[in-house]
Amino acid sequence: MRITVTVDGTTYRDEVAPRQLLVHHLREAIGKTGTVVGCDTSNCGACTVHLDGQSVKSCSVLAVQADGAEITTVEGLARDGVLHPLQQAFHDNHALQCGFCTPGMIMQSIDLLADNPDPDEQAVRHGLKGNLCRCTGYQNIVRAVLDAAQRLRPDPAPTGATEATEATATPGELVGGER
Amino acid sequence: MTATIEPEVGRARPRKEDARLVTGRTRWTDNLTVPGLLHLAFLRSPVAHAKITSIDVEAARRAPGVVAVFTGRDIADAQGSLPCAWPVTADQVAPAAPSLAVDQVNFAGEAVAVVVARGKAEAHDALEAIDVDYDELPVVLDLRAAIAEDADVVHPDLGTNRSAHWVFDSAEAGTGGDVEQAIAEAEVLIERTYRQQRLIPAFMEPRSVLVDPTGEQTTVWSATQIPHILRLMLALTTGVPEHKLRVIAPDVGGGFGGKLQVTPEEVVALVVATRLGKPVKWTESRSESLLSAHHGRDQLQRLTLAARRDGTVTGLKVDLLADMGAYLRLVTPGVPILGAFMFNAIYKFPAYRFACTNVFTTKTPTDAYRGAGRPEATFAIERLMDELAAELGRDPIELREQNWIKHDEFPFTTVCGLEYDSGNYEAATARAKELFGYDELRAEQRERRDRGDSVQLGIGTSTFTEMCGLAPSRVLGSLSYGAGGWEHAAIRMLPSGKVEVVTGSSAHGQGHETAWSQIVADQLGVPFEDVEVLHGDTQSSPKGLDTYGSRSLTVGAMAVLKAGEKVIRKARRVAAHMMECAEDDLEFTGGRFTVRGTERSTGITEVALAVFAAHDLPDGVEPSLDSAATFDPDNFSFPHGTHLCAVEVDTETGFVKIRKYVCVDDVGVVVNPVIVEGQVHGGLAQGIAQALYEEAVHDESGTLTTGTFADYLLPSAVDLPHFDTDRTETPSTTNQLGVKGVGEAGTIASTPAVVNAVVDAVRHFGVDDIQMPCTPMRVWTAINGGPTDAGGPGGEAGGGLGSIDSTGGAL
Repeated sequence: MRITVTVDGTTYRDEVAPRQLLVHHLREAIGKTGTVVGCDTSNCGACTVHLDGQSVKSCSVLAVQADGAEITTVEGLARDGVLHPLQQAFHDNHALQCGFCTPGMIMQSIDLLADNPDPDEQAVRHGLKGNLCRCTGYQNIVRAVLDAAQRLRPDPAPTGATEATEATATPGELVGGER
Repeated sequence: MTATIEPEVGRARPRKEDARLVTGRTRWTDNLTVPGLLHLAFLRSPVAHAKITSIDVEAARRAPGVVAVFTGRDIADAQGSLPCAWPVTADQVAPAAPSLAVDQVNFAGEAVAVVVARGKAEAHDALEAIDVDYDELPVVLDLRAAIAEDADVVHPDLGTNRSAHWVFDSAEAGTGGDVEQAIAEAEVLIERTYRQQRLIPAFMEPRSVLVDPTGEQTTVWSATQIPHILRLMLALTTGVPEHKLRVIAPDVGGGFGGKLQVTPEEVVALVVATRLGKPVKWTESRSESLLSAHHGRDQLQRLTLAARRDGTVTGLKVDLLADMGAYLRLVTPGVPILGAFMFNAIYKFPAYRFACTNVFTTKTPTDAYRGAGRPEATFAIERLMDELAAELGRDPIELREQNWIKHDEFPFTTVCGLEYDSGNYEAATARAKELFGYDELRAEQRERRDRGDSVQLGIGTSTFTEMCGLAPSRVLGSLSYGAGGWEHAAIRMLPSGKVEVVTGSSAHGQGHETAWSQIVADQLGVPFEDVEVLHGDTQSSPKGLDTYGSRSLTVGAMAVLKAGEKVIRKARRVAAHMMECAEDDLEFTGGRFTVRGTERSTGITEVALAVFAAHDLPDGVEPSLDSAATFDPDNFSFPHGTHLCAVEVDTETGFVKIRKYVCVDDVGVVVNPVIVEGQVHGGLAQGIAQALYEEAVHDESGTLTTGTFADYLLPSAVDLPHFDTDRTETPSTTNQLGVKGVGEAGTIASTPAVVNAVVDAVRHFGVDDIQMPCTPMRVWTAINGGPTDAGGPGGEAGGGLGSIDSTGGAL
């Protein structure tokens, strides 16, 4: 089947097998090897990308389902050599060690903050529960997301304001996913 | 130039490595491709123990896109036997370990055939066309049954399931007293049997290997922790000459011991690529990884602790059964032996005996997993100390302090004959209690207990040490290990003033590029950014023993430091010549050689340029500052720490929630505090996972039932608490940097802290043990079953959906 997808701003038209997963199409046909495969049961989230602005596990989407879609991967986040605030926050907070889960973690974190720009620690943990990391114990990942939330806030609260919101991230059907 | 440069060592530098990892500019092995690449897929045995009576691959050979299919018989002459580098005893028995099974399969998941095809999907499709007939044999799963008189044997030609029996006895070694006498004279005996469940390392990056035989050297890219060892072992196993092999570990996504291996797939990829003259690649699926990559732990520990009524420990006797699985992999038999010197831990036991029987079963082979022998030992002793405290009605921390080595007693020679270099258990414990709010939590615990609250609070302690910096070569020799424990490094001074550091350590997430840069920047007085660290390629880094056992900083970075000293020594001679003074008149600080008492100076980078030009060098001086060093440590280092865990146990559901986790680790001098903290966090996660979540379960037919991430329960962000971490700093006296190693600390310490807390929460129900992982069902059953059942396995295994066997299959 012939599909057209726009990935990180470039449009690609390809013939794909009906069974081809989006993640394999991204890696093998389009060369977006920044997005990786960590499991075969949709548990680990390493392959998370944005499909029309929503985070999806690209191992759980057929390439043909992405026909006509706009996809953003971790490789499309930086602008003119400047890291996305979440990439910067992951670096600044030592939120990665081996880095294999990192692309998926970052993409899911962006989605999490889009849904809930002012999460507390528990909301971040719940928002990331579909993404597994074996290196960090998650503590610095959580810290990085909270840090990025501060950076992304258009009108930063006065320093010292530590009031946590009651909001809890509610992952949508395609976002995060239940373990 | 100002002289007040902030030292790099000790600075919380964000990592260099991150730049590529956060942007997706990564070179995982599976990302790589070369022209004409073919793909491999392995057919694996669905049964645990069987004779292979026939394999028909003809239909698979004719499948679309398939280039070749090989069985074990097809490559029997080339595949050799997978190496085991650690024959722990002279009379150890071991079976041949073919990469592709030839006549018999000995665990479910063992590879029996490989398809080579144009595409990965085509290779997998063709697997279904292979027809294998198995004549099933009885499975061997239970450790105790495996060593019984009439046991079915895994390897009939060996005639036994006992691979080796290894003993350390302090009376025989002359390092302590006779443990049987201590037991006979004991006023208090604590006797327990603990089970270390089988775990899976579960690194996030699945294993992958690409072999390109089209160059003069055959290049092997592999997701491995050990490119140097792999090169040698591939050569010895397959007969491909070592100098014709180049091994590259590109970006490697975690290992935790799981990639400290020479895998069947690496061997087969090399053999097949060589035979076809074409490059081949294999990348495993997660299910394949959980099923067939080596597992960890899996011991049955019979323990006897002898003490006096006043709480003084007088003896410790350890009897282990260790599950090897079906084969001995690279260091399989040595893993339990690494624990032999750690059961006595930080305590002054006068008598000690350790005996371990290594046992074959028809399960996935075990091997190193983070801590490797030491978590098992630490769990046992730290659980026993809590049990002794309970028996005597003492506070568990106070009882530990009564028995531990005091800070003014270092260096201390233990009952095992190891010399602990330094430590301050009092300081770490005092700080941990303060951060934890120990007294307040104990008060709350009493209050809840008195009130009969349905949610009970438990407090667990773990005061651990470990041996890091594997290892002094002479010690490895005395333990019959097949190699040394040194590490190699080289420093190249480039004419433009930049520096290349070559290291034999092989990072896979640790942050060596950053930490080594910090050390060299300080030593040579060059900017952090001007240092490039080269590793993981036997061409650029030709010599090394790689990364495992918390050895990289204590051994690998020491080699870097030694190479730097040689660079400075060479540069000093040239600098003296340039400034027409004596070498002794020069002092070297901040990257500059200064003539004492004058303003005259020259920078080491200027010396490097002068040496590059080589126009005017002292007589007999070769035009190079480049230097190499190989460092062999004199002793291990012994980091330690105090971990305190508070859990809330819902007595109605058995659910355990970690309320507070505090750890104060002493890992000696710290090069980069954020990296150290990250290592502690990740270690804690894995240790807590053993206590509460993870278990590899084989059912009664030997099939792994926890073969996906839906069944093997890696904790997610919601399953783990916030960790409160802090450090005390007692420099190591066994190396110049004063460093001790941190990679395994969190994993070693945390498991007993959590289980001690869980048991402490429900001890008043008559519970004195709950088997790991402490699942809600097991905890609930322990509470409701009372003391007689409390030591039993509980109502279900811990392995989530895959758990159909109440005993977890192994017991």
